[in-house]
Amino acid sequence: MSVAIQEKQILCQNARDVARAAVERHGATREELISILTDVNEELGYIPAEALEEISSLLQSPRSQILSVASFYRMLSTKPKGQHVILFCGSAPCHVVGGRELREAIQSELGLEPGETSADGRWTLEATSCLGLCSVGPVIIIDGDIYGNVTPEQLPDILARYE
Amino acid sequence: MKAIRAMVLVSGDPASIAQGAHEVYQRLQKEIKAFGLQDEISVSMITDVGRHDALPMVIVYPEAVIYGPVKPEDVHFLVEEHLYKGRIATRLVAPKKELSGRIAWLAARQGTLPAEQRIVLERVGLIDPDEIEEYIVHGGYEALGKALTQMTPNEVIEEITQAGLRGRGGAGFPTGLKWRFVAREKRTPKYVICNADESEPGTFKDRLILEGDPHNVIEAMVITGYAVGANEGYVYVRGEYKLAQARLRKAIAQAREMGFLGKDIFGSGFDFDITVHAGAGAYVCGEETALIESLEGKRGEPRIRPPYPTTHGLWGMPTVVNNVETLANVPAIIRHGAEWYRGFGTENSPGTKLYTILGNVNETGLIEVPMGITLREVITIYGQGMKNGAAFKMAQTGGSSGSIVPASLQDTPMDFDSYARAGVSLGSGALLICDENTCVVDLARVLMNFFRYESCGKCTPCRVGTERAHQILTRITEGRGTLADLERLEKLSQGMRQLSNCGLGQAAAVPLQSMLQHFRAEVEAHIKLHVCPAGSCPMSSRRVTTAA
Repeated sequence: MSVAIQEKQILCQNARDVARAAVERHGATREELISILTDVNEELGYIPAEALEEISSLLQSPRSQILSVASFYRMLSTKPKGQHVILFCGSAPCHVVGGRELREAIQSELGLEPGETSADGRWTLEATSCLGLCSVGPVIIIDGDIYGNVTPEQLPDILARYE
Repeated sequence: MKAIRAMVLVSGDPASIAQGAHEVYQRLQKEIKAFGLQDEISVSMITDVGRHDALPMVIVYPEAVIYGPVKPEDVHFLVEEHLYKGRIATRLVAPKKELSGRIAWLAARQGTLPAEQRIVLERVGLIDPDEIEEYIVHGGYEALGKALTQMTPNEVIEEITQAGLRGRGGAGFPTGLKWRFVAREKRTPKYVICNADESEPGTFKDRLILEGDPHNVIEAMVITGYAVGANEGYVYVRGEYKLAQARLRKAIAQAREMGFLGKDIFGSGFDFDITVHAGAGAYVCGEETALIESLEGKRGEPRIRPPYPTTHGLWGMPTVVNNVETLANVPAIIRHGAEWYRGFGTENSPGTKLYTILGNVNETGLIEVPMGITLREVITIYGQGMKNGAAFKMAQTGGSSGSIVPASLQDTPMDFDSYARAGVSLGSGALLICDENTCVVDLARVLMNFFRYESCGKCTPCRVGTERAHQILTRITEGRGTLADLERLEKLSQGMRQLSNCGLGQAAAVPLQSMLQHFRAEVEAHIKLHVCPAGSCPMSSRRVTTAA
């Protein structure tokens, strides 16, 4: 067996273990599904197909139903993301106080459109709806760190912290 | 509580935390201990203090001195000078600034701001939200005791009805009536749900209530449960609101320990408990039936109504769903009575309303004012005027689903009925103030982009309507619009308003309709003259080419 295949199998096994632990933590009931998916997403950065399968069999719910819930919510992802995730608020309160200029600056700095991940897997850029931090708009969040009153000029310095 | 001579508050909003508020807080504790002052001075991390120009801030009572920005290395000096030697540490004092209405140290300034009145935010910013004792000292759980031991459930409902409390989530439905619908249902179990899935752009009032005074909401939920005959409550908190979730969970554990939650509360034989449920990112879950679906672990797609949740809610059982701000009014009403509550606000909209003030004003933030004050008052008094002296052009109320209110309505009282008569809606309480440099078409495009993104896709008028409207608006901002597009927008907005299944699609039409009603000339300028009068649309640069 090649090293790559072995690694892949270890990853799959890990995803199943994480899913099983989350189900045990919350209980194998359908009403806990969102909490279970949130846990897996937080731990692995996304919800791999193996985790979906495991949850489906433990909850005795069709895989299609689990996937339909996992794909509905913005904070859950069924695809892997870049090493660092940049969320920028695209809602009106940020937009009118300089958010538009900031968005253009981010896109040209990273060469990414919202929803894309860079080829080297370093950055994922995502547009998000209002984050409730409007009094310090425009706002971006990188890996959970919040930056308020951001100007295009500050951007290179902020991004450099995540090299 | 210990007898203390001074109280030190550290701003604990996300922006302060990002700038080292935790380190400042820890260093304060350490230094106060080092000077042997720990028994006479309390240190608390509070929520948003109301200013964002010098974070993190440290406020010292009783002198109400505001320090900021305070770095961890400044703390030793601050403690030595102010708390040990009793002199104000002048070099650390925050820049002087006229205070906005949302200030935490209101007690010191009471009466100086004309319309300010705090009921919901009474304790926010003044108590440590992690300490149940501080809540109790400030009148907390008094209302619960009164309701459970001196009032019948029917009397509680009657008090809320008499007070005229109306839902603060946007629709303004009478709260007492909603409770009565659930109370009269025979089927059990019944449920109480607190809707804390606050996602309207520009709205963060519920976050500040939950972060600053979580026990107020817990107390209100138990009272609600008693009134309608429910023993179980759920708080559905927006997934992104991590701090609010943590504070709420801690507060619930403390309330259980003190016997305000659990079995036989106040020896009345009434049981009630609360579960916190975190959302996972979906604006539509703020709609009550979508929220219930999500609580049941499904996709957050709205149900067809009727039947309403009051008869068929969570697990098909009778359910009260109330917004955080609505609930936060309940303990005060029970404590002081309906008569007192009706003394604030207007005849048909009693009480106060929280507004978040945003956009092109000098001071942004959260205020609590009586129902019925005007936009002009909000801008001049609380917003401290328009930024850079620009002219006020329009305000967008209530997050994305509110109306675009033109400057001509700035003297209309902001209450449910006056706004309805003027053909605009109050929405959830966000006031996005825009100046003359904001283009109405561009604003509508951004709002529509939000709806397009957040539409759950279940019903066609909303799923397709928002997408089409966004395409057309984008075309107009690029100077490629036609007059026929305006008719299309008109038709689309009618279709969305009348045919959408839930409030999301219906509300998506509102900004479109306000735009066409109040700002038609500006929209037509984009189409006929290829000019953006506000000078913000990308096509403005193409103006020369077109003219030539």
